[in-house]
Amino acid sequence: MADYNMHLLVCGGTGCKASQSELIKMNLKNQLTELGLEEDIQVIHTGCFGFCEKGPIVKIQPDNTFYVSVTPEDTKEIIEEHIVKGRKVERLLYKDPSTKTSIIESKNMDFYKKQVRIALRNCGFINPDNIEEYVANDGYEALAKCLGEMTPEETTKLIIDSGLRGRGGGGFPTGLKWDITRKVEGDQKYVVCNADEGDPGAFMDRSILEGDPHTVIEAMAICGYCIGADKGLVYIRAEYPLAIERLKTAIGQAQEYGLLGEGILGTDFNFDIELRYGAGAFVCGEETALIHSMEGLRGEPTFKPPFPSVSGYLGKPTNVNNVETFANIPPIINKGAEWFGSIGTENSKGTKVFALAGKINNVGLIEVPMGTTLREVVYDIGGGIKDGKEFKAVQTGGPSGGCLTKDFLDTPIEYDSLIAAGSMMGSGGMIVMDEDDCMVAIAKFYLEFTLDESCGKCTPCRIGNKRLYEILDKITEGKGEPEDLDRLRALSDVVKDTSLCGLGQSSPNPILSTIENFFGEYESHVTIQKCPAGQCKSLLQYIIEDEKCTGCTLCFRHCPVGAISGEKRSPHFIDQSLCIKCGVCYQKCKFDAIKIA
Amino acid sequence: MTKIKSLADLKKLKDEVQSKIKLREKGDHPENLVQIKVSMATCGIASGAKETMNYFIETLDNQGVDALVTQTGCMGYCYAEPTIELTIPGKEPVIYGFVDKVKAQEIIDKHVIKNELVDGIIPVNYKTIDD
Amino acid sequence: MEMIKLTIDKKPVVVKEGTTILKAAASIGIDIPTLCYMKLEDMNIENKPGGCRVCVVEVEGRRNLAPACATEVDEGMVVNTHSMRAVNARRTVVELILSDHPAECLTCAKSGKCDLQDMAQNLGIREIHYTGEQSTYREDTSPAIIRDIDKCILCRRCETMCNDTQTVGVLSTINRGFDAVVSPAFEMNLDHSVCTYCGQCVAVCPTAALTEVDQTGAVIRALSDPTKKVIVQTAPAVRAALGEEFGMEAGTLVTGKMVSALKDLGFDYVFDTDFAADLTIMEEGTELLGRLNKYLDGDKNVKLPILTSCCPAWVKFFEHQFPSMLDIPSTARSPQQMFGAIAKTYFADKMKVKREDLVVVSIMPCVAKKYESSRDEFKVNDNPDVDFAITTRELASLINLSNIDFNSLPNEDFDQPLGESSGAGVIFGTTGGVIEAAVRTAYELQTGKSLERLDFEELRGMEGLRKATIDFDGIPINIGIAHGLGNARKLLEEIQAGKSEFHAIEIMSCPGGCIGGGGQPYHHGDAEVLKKRQKAIYLEDKNKVIRKSHENPYIQKLYEEFLGEPMSDKAHHLLHTKYFDRS
Repeated sequence: MADYNMHLLVCGGTGCKASQSELIKMNLKNQLTELGLEEDIQVIHTGCFGFCEKGPIVKIQPDNTFYVSVTPEDTKEIIEEHIVKGRKVERLLYKDPSTKTSIIESKNMDFYKKQVRIALRNCGFINPDNIEEYVANDGYEALAKCLGEMTPEETTKLIIDSGLRGRGGGGFPTGLKWDITRKVEGDQKYVVCNADEGDPGAFMDRSILEGDPHTVIEAMAICGYCIGADKGLVYIRAEYPLAIERLKTAIGQAQEYGLLGEGILGTDFNFDIELRYGAGAFVCGEETALIHSMEGLRGEPTFKPPFPSVSGYLGKPTNVNNVETFANIPPIINKGAEWFGSIGTENSKGTKVFALAGKINNVGLIEVPMGTTLREVVYDIGGGIKDGKEFKAVQTGGPSGGCLTKDFLDTPIEYDSLIAAGSMMGSGGMIVMDEDDCMVAIAKFYLEFTLDESCGKCTPCRIGNKRLYEILDKITEGKGEPEDLDRLRALSDVVKDTSLCGLGQSSPNPILSTIENFFGEYESHVTIQKCPAGQCKSLLQYIIEDEKCTGCTLCFRHCPVGAISGEKRSPHFIDQSLCIKCGVCYQKCKFDAIKIA
Repeated sequence: MTKIKSLADLKKLKDEVQSKIKLREKGDHPENLVQIKVSMATCGIASGAKETMNYFIETLDNQGVDALVTQTGCMGYCYAEPTIELTIPGKEPVIYGFVDKVKAQEIIDKHVIKNELVDGIIPVNYKTIDD
Repeated sequence: MEMIKLTIDKKPVVVKEGTTILKAAASIGIDIPTLCYMKLEDMNIENKPGGCRVCVVEVEGRRNLAPACATEVDEGMVVNTHSMRAVNARRTVVELILSDHPAECLTCAKSGKCDLQDMAQNLGIREIHYTGEQSTYREDTSPAIIRDIDKCILCRRCETMCNDTQTVGVLSTINRGFDAVVSPAFEMNLDHSVCTYCGQCVAVCPTAALTEVDQTGAVIRALSDPTKKVIVQTAPAVRAALGEEFGMEAGTLVTGKMVSALKDLGFDYVFDTDFAADLTIMEEGTELLGRLNKYLDGDKNVKLPILTSCCPAWVKFFEHQFPSMLDIPSTARSPQQMFGAIAKTYFADKMKVKREDLVVVSIMPCVAKKYESSRDEFKVNDNPDVDFAITTRELASLINLSNIDFNSLPNEDFDQPLGESSGAGVIFGTTGGVIEAAVRTAYELQTGKSLERLDFEELRGMEGLRKATIDFDGIPINIGIAHGLGNARKLLEEIQAGKSEFHAIEIMSCPGGCIGGGGQPYHHGDAEVLKKRQKAIYLEDKNKVIRKSHENPYIQKLYEEFLGEPMSDKAHHLLHTKYFDRS
């Protein structure tokens, strides 16, 4: 049996592969074989290390040495110096940019572990169906600490001091919300967990509920203790069956262990949790709409004030927080406000979970400290753009957010700077677009979403968004005119300014930010009727190049609408007025004679 | 199950569970007890994590490897589902991505049995709250 | 309560804490336009969804414009109701509504009375900058109400009336986004629903999304048919409101002009539903006394309280909602139907006209009367006792199209024998009136004494639920009054629970009673209009020589010549009815 005593880990991420990491691996292997060390030392490929800027990366275990910017020519030196002589190759080590000293081990590199897991700390680590594993990882200690050692006032103050802000999108200070609800008089109060995650592509709340349901239960109990509520309700999408199942199991276990129910941990504090199922309406993420939905009414928002803190579920004081916000509570109690405050930036403390998606290599669920730049997320964690394409924009804040260009890549991720840049934090969707994405089509995609999800209660959102969508549709169909851009802007402003709830107040954001940042692209659609990204079908033209066409008639025979004509063995012609841009001719042509204009 | 009535009860349970886990990790037969966590969130399951988990359980059982295969939540590497974390006693945990049955068999054959690493390791690129 | 100082359009204003910007502005004469907002002051009816966004104003320091109807004032607030930004937003919002609204003003039933049309004019909208797809829905016609939902602007006023005020629960918003629309559940037709046809949705609809079934054409046809004798009856509440359609102040009594107009229209006889109201009192009062005396004699099975039954929406309401209590309301038909039954028997015989050649038209403040007249039990050989029931508004439209200058008409008197009425018949038109009329007669019949005072102030008012105890010469009679079906429901639930303290209860479906009926001139959310109409009704009563139903000589004659006595077999056959379980 081969028992390797050393491993050479060569990054096989897309970025590193592009800079010859395959060759590096081969060189290392060959050189080890030459030295007869192939039985002792193994060379393998790994996934992306998340430090593509300094790739390719070679990591040596067990001594954890981390070499950066390795070239195929460097392999000999690594083998001879490090492996054979046991000396580090100084020049390939990472130099701390401030101190200029070399850092050997990756765990000492600030840049390397860009992610910090607080909300996701137990996800992918413990068995969610086993309360004991949660307890083994400090589970329910925060609740015990609150009930045993702290008053509700002190606990609330701790949350205020931590600087935690709502992770559902609004960014309202969580502690303050608790404090307001705590101070409102009421014979019955409620803690509501908003698990009605609805942003397209966002799934962090689902992942937390699936991976660490107890953290939400514990946090809701702590919240109940603070505000004086003995009843918790989780409003969860019925489309999340696994999350529901895990949550149910967890609630059952917590009840069995006496961590929910009457007289929790030997105190006189009672708290229990019930589930309420939502049908997946995006607008029910808005807290007043959520509450109406739980009450059995139409899921539509009402004017605030009164805020739920004063008059919420069944008219009682109700504190609503989202899943990710709750998941931050137990660590804050356990490790203190100061610890939490040390992560993140001045006005945005802690971390934020993002569902990273789009044209990016490492699509996934990530958790980064506030203040991390978009560049770090896109390149270091996301591993850069797929297929070596050009980065075009990153969309944050879901359908309410905006598209930021490469000029904004160094924007730190925090509530205020994202808004200043023309987007927003949102609940954590992050979609990366490349050069092939048409920004008008992207704006249209988001509008279509809000159009579907609007409750229809207020005029600007019900009809205004419809009209915005229609204008965008017209533009992508090649029927736009320059005045449409003014109309888009003017109407967007009014919809933002007059809508009843956050959905309508933010729904034009994708339009405004794309017009602002990609004006040329819009202009090109409405003036010369061209889609620069080549995405808008109606603006494409399939044209047969006479000099390449052999007159084989293949395209003619496959065209479903008879738009192609021509004699055998002489160049064919596409009648643009008949062409439906299905692209069949383009696929069928064996002579590359059909081009897209 | 007796109810947890106080902080002391909770701590006691925690100690018990932790020592159980430690015992599991550094028990009498450390060379035999392998731990595999399969990421079983919706996305994982959708891309075949259940099959992968069952495969590990059956195959390790058939091959007489004393292993503990458990489920866990989302590890975050959506692009590489199904993902698993493999811990050989005494060693650092290793995460593998794209673990289908073929890959699972390779991991068992090489990593579990021969202690060789297999291509496709995903470097852990996050800090935990205890770091 | 604390007072708040703020500035609106550079004018200082001091209002109570909790006041909205809209109210605060109104207090200094600034009228911020609204579309969805509606409040019937002192009647506990408010529609405040904050949905139309027409009333948005600029509040200094706020990120977004604020809806004036829903935003409460803050100390030091600086509000600008007509800044460029606010006006532009308001106009755009109205343009958006218009972009999804059929531009049929020229032929629309609501033209000239449409809140949306007024709004567009007031804002000077001449062009709609954002056009696109318009919602189209199937038109829904019922015996009384037409839903033309293409014209719905989702103000939700009808929903508030249907659900909160009436607790009928037929209308609610369904679907989402651009497809959101007010509809009965599962988009069923109104006539398949539990709709009572009270018409309060019609009364508050700002556009023509909800209107009454127009029967003016049928009436004109009947009037021009030489083979028909066409007679008309007018409900008490009509005379207190019809003038509004011709620019008169609310509360102007136009009884004489109305009679004159009807004669000009060509009706052969102009009669008064008030006559039938007196007849109703004879029957219902006798029934009340019958049950009461049985009760006083110790009969435990007697059904008390007795409930009035003149209101067709109320009848349909309890048939749907309280089918186990069908034996509690009085069996007396409503005045409209009593009139129809008497007209097509007693009067037809007198005039020697065949039933099928006599057309009975009624002018009603109500849309449910259309439905009531179509009920099978009020037909003989498929010929209805009342052929057409048109609303006050439809009458106004008939007068207009007949080139009649209403304002300059002389006063004329009703024809006889079915045109004479007492003041008791008149007050049927307002909440509290039916029971007061009943008390005037029942007291005298029961005690054999003459009443010293006829104005029972304790039974009058606009409170949704009222109660009073009337001393019947030593016997205290407990009376309950409810208007609005939500209030009625409360009393019915008390009866169901065996907790009712009342001997008699009057119920009217519409807020204010028939004066606030769904067929009356639109009040546009102004509760003062209803109060003024109520005053007018009591004034008409006061001016009458005869103020007690049993003293109406034509009623006495009717019993002598035709019916015998109240509750006789003939009276039973013609003037009483039965109820059906519609649950």
